[in-house]
Amino acid sequence: MFTAILVMVGLAVIIGLVLGWSAIRFKVEGNPLAEKIDAILPQTQCGQCGFPGCRPYAEAIAKGEADINQCPPGGEEGVKKLAELLGVEPKPLDESHGTPKPKSVAFIDEQICIGCTLCIQACPVDAIVGAAKQMHTIVADECTGCELCLPPCPVDCITMVPIAEDLPHWKWKAPVIMLKKVS
Amino acid sequence: MSRKLHTFKGGVHPPEHKAESNARPVHAAPLPKQLVIPLRQHIGNPAKPVVEVGQRVLKGQLIGAADGYISAAVHASSSGIVTAIGPAVVPHASGLPDDCIIIDTDGRDEWISLAPLDYRAMEPADLRMRLRDLGLAGLGGAVFPSAVKLDPGAAHHCPTLILNGAECEPWITCDDVLMRLHADDILQGVAIMRHLLGSTEILVGIEDNKPEALASMRFAAAKLDFAVEVVAVPTIYPAGGAKQMIEILTGQQVPSGKLSTDIGIQVFNIGTAHALARAVHHGEPLISRLVTVTGFVLRPQNVEALIGTPLHTLITLAGDREGSTGVLMGGPMMGMPMPDLAVPVVKATNCILVQSAELFPPLPKALPCIRCTRCADACPAELQPQELFRFAKAGDFGRAQEYHLFDCIECGCCSYVCPSHIPLVDFYRYAKSEIWAREKEKRAADLARERHEFRQFRLEREKQEKAEKLAAKAKAKRAELAAAPAAEGAPSEADAKKALIAAALARAQAKKAEAAPKNIDHLPPDTQREIEEIEARRAKIRELARQPLESEEKP
Amino acid sequence: MPAPFILDRSSVTQVMAWVLAALLPGIAVYVWLFGPGILVTLSLATVTALVAEAAMLKARGYPAKPFLTDLSAIVTAWLLALSLPALAPWWLIVTGTLFAIVVAKHLYGGLGQNIFNPAMVGYAVLIVSFPLQMTQWPGPLSLTDAPLTLAQSASVIFGGDLPKAMLDAVTMATPLDALRTGLLQQLTVDEIMVQPIFGHYGGIGFEWLAGAFLLGGLLLWALRIISWQVPLAFLAGIWLAAGFLHFFDAGRFGAPWFHLFAPSVMLGAFFIATDPVSGSTTPRGRLIFGFGAGLLTIIIRTWGGYPDGVAFAILLMNLSVPLIDAWTQPRIYGGATRRGKAPPA
Repeated sequence: MFTAILVMVGLAVIIGLVLGWSAIRFKVEGNPLAEKIDAILPQTQCGQCGFPGCRPYAEAIAKGEADINQCPPGGEEGVKKLAELLGVEPKPLDESHGTPKPKSVAFIDEQICIGCTLCIQACPVDAIVGAAKQMHTIVADECTGCELCLPPCPVDCITMVPIAEDLPHWKWKAPVIMLKKVS
Repeated sequence: MSRKLHTFKGGVHPPEHKAESNARPVHAAPLPKQLVIPLRQHIGNPAKPVVEVGQRVLKGQLIGAADGYISAAVHASSSGIVTAIGPAVVPHASGLPDDCIIIDTDGRDEWISLAPLDYRAMEPADLRMRLRDLGLAGLGGAVFPSAVKLDPGAAHHCPTLILNGAECEPWITCDDVLMRLHADDILQGVAIMRHLLGSTEILVGIEDNKPEALASMRFAAAKLDFAVEVVAVPTIYPAGGAKQMIEILTGQQVPSGKLSTDIGIQVFNIGTAHALARAVHHGEPLISRLVTVTGFVLRPQNVEALIGTPLHTLITLAGDREGSTGVLMGGPMMGMPMPDLAVPVVKATNCILVQSAELFPPLPKALPCIRCTRCADACPAELQPQELFRFAKAGDFGRAQEYHLFDCIECGCCSYVCPSHIPLVDFYRYAKSEIWAREKEKRAADLARERHEFRQFRLEREKQEKAEKLAAKAKAKRAELAAAPAAEGAPSEADAKKALIAAALARAQAKKAEAAPKNIDHLPPDTQREIEEIEARRAKIRELARQPLESEEKP
Repeated sequence: MPAPFILDRSSVTQVMAWVLAALLPGIAVYVWLFGPGILVTLSLATVTALVAEAAMLKARGYPAKPFLTDLSAIVTAWLLALSLPALAPWWLIVTGTLFAIVVAKHLYGGLGQNIFNPAMVGYAVLIVSFPLQMTQWPGPLSLTDAPLTLAQSASVIFGGDLPKAMLDAVTMATPLDALRTGLLQQLTVDEIMVQPIFGHYGGIGFEWLAGAFLLGGLLLWALRIISWQVPLAFLAGIWLAAGFLHFFDAGRFGAPWFHLFAPSVMLGAFFIATDPVSGSTTPRGRLIFGFGAGLLTIIIRTWGGYPDGVAFAILLMNLSVPLIDAWTQPRIYGGATRRGKAPPA
């Protein structure tokens, strides 16, 4: 009886030490889960999920405060990836946060732009250049298509232009093998 | 020749079909009414147009300048007027249009003045830039800018130079015919390559199903003042793959993910050597090439075609027949179907293969993979195609990459031998372009994240700086004010604060006065009157607006 | 439709037809030495397999023609029939074939998707469920007084209406059974081997059957339909394992040649372990696969509860194929040993 208690206590001490040691030895800075979630999110920074950017949304998911289906730019595929990472069932996108759209970039009609800088302040990735009373323009390569610049524009000179498929962006289509009968 | 040949693993031997086209004399294709010259004919950046719509250009004139190091120029293939610069349908698997320069020919075929290059006297770097500006790119199929390949890099020399005359794809004979007719010119080009690369060993690999080409090249090689070994290699597809040719001739394998120059070997197509000789000795830009027109035509043959000639011109020349089922650019193993017969001949066009139901019966329906590994036995890259197929089909691109998807050369051997008739290469191309697209997307996302984080940081910093500045200012003011009453008497916190507020008020007054509209000074009297009228009206309206409120409040 | 635009003339049907053709010498020897009963078994299994295949294809919504004409169902049926005792009752054959086609093949996704060899799954199910019926092997004709005719065999298979005495006269323990029973009775191998059923290497007749399967297997290898690695490693595994045990104690363990020339080994080595769908696909993997199957066969034969271990050995190795394949990926051209490279942009 006494031996048994001793053994159990001894085991508990040893395991505790191992756990304590590994907690120090393998300490991970930051929140690795939020980071992994953030890596999956498309970084559009559009805020459609209800959070001010992709990172806060990732942190909210990691804490269990937000669902995984609130990111329209990530689409169904993004939801699937998140579900895979978190080991939960994928679910359809929550329509209340918007629907996926074809990838677009913003375009400023420079004839109409009055140079108010409101869009520059709204852009989450600083992809708009210009100064007060100077015409603005969008750096298309850096635009994420978040549409955050549309509402503040007082003269509605910004439009979203879908990215057209051209030769450098063309992709081979998934081949289809029709085994089943076409019913 | 007693050279010990090696073999590469895998490969197939489809019916050759060379005899159809290699016996007829070579004709020059007729000058078309319109030339369509794509700006993107090579690997790397597309050329930049340097002509304008409406401008008259001469044959051989530069119309698109090379853009950057890995690029090549394009030239007018004949004289005429530039009628458009913009998208037109080009030979590409997608069928999408791309930027082209369109020239309406005037039939005079008027050359610009050409000057040969004295390559021995030139700086190698200058010579390479000249070659880039003459539009030189590999004519074997990949169309890599030759100037880049002729740069031996940091090693300053490339000991082994291999000329690839294998032409292993069925049906194609343009290299065969070129070697028969222009062996001397080809070897002139080789001399220039040797000069630039500092090569000591020069090998020419030709498949042994081309005895005439072998004889012609050997005869020409014997006349040279340096040693060129012309080697007959066994006829097996894809012996003409650069890596396979290297292994056959030297027994060495190019390490995966590296270039052949890393092991001191450079490979050129013989057509490129010919074009190089023309460029250096005659100053001629690359504006034409030999094209095999074969398959379901009346007179299969090789033609000398200007870059930009529409395909139907060449097919008409070879005699088109009723009942063709499609046209391929390239051979049957790696060629691509043409969406439109108006697409132009480009630098990569080695063959125009007209299909018929008899020569190219429709492929049977695919069955499931039975893992028989015939594809693995046939794969010259020594991959496991059945696994790559499984991963690509399942969308597991990461695993496909782990199984070396990017070492696949898309030669088509696996699809050729597959007893289940699965279009394997399709799956690999799909997986590759999907991976590239995702890679691009990921880079874009990383950039966006970085920029967003930097913005957050900047906003935070600006806020902090502002707060600091304000605090510093307030502190300074307080110290100043504290110093002033100190002379008068006992300074108190409350006094100091009051004084601060007073000072701020005064500053605000001053600012207001300053900010008062200046455009109403020195006005003509009638304008002044007008303004007064307006002001009066405004006051009245204000008064009116206030009244109902008061009346409502009263009861 | 992209490149390539030409195809070799090979097809799944052609591959399967060669496998069937390579089985013919074995079947001929079977008939010659053991009587025509096997023909009834083969026909019954073939019909059952085709009907089951057609029904499953219809149920799963696949077109019948390309999958029925690929002959894969017939290959499964023949391999199972050749593993069963030739006088097994009809319901045993039908049950085994149905299980092989419906469960082992189609429930796993049909042609190319089954992780276990269907014929061996059918065999395993039968030997586990009906061990008694699985012993009704006809004796070699040279040892039987009144060999059964085709009609008699059919009536045994379909009706079982043969007097018990007569059935006992025509069926006989297989050499492996005899060895097993003898060893259980504490006899030494030499004492058992004097029984009339044993021949030069294996059993009388059985060794010729094994030779015929070997011949067919070599034909398949010559046609490059099967690789050399699996059969060679399989036979080597059996020979080495049996040889080691025999060398260790010749009295308790059968000779390696005896084990090698049991017909199920040759059939297994050249026709079943080489099944591409459920086998390993890499050259080294095939060596491991074959060797492991050979080793397991001897272990099961020696210490297991069943007279023969080929089926279980192959099924166990089928189970390990994904792991073997993942571990034995061959070196590629240019010898990249490290996995996963960044794609060239």
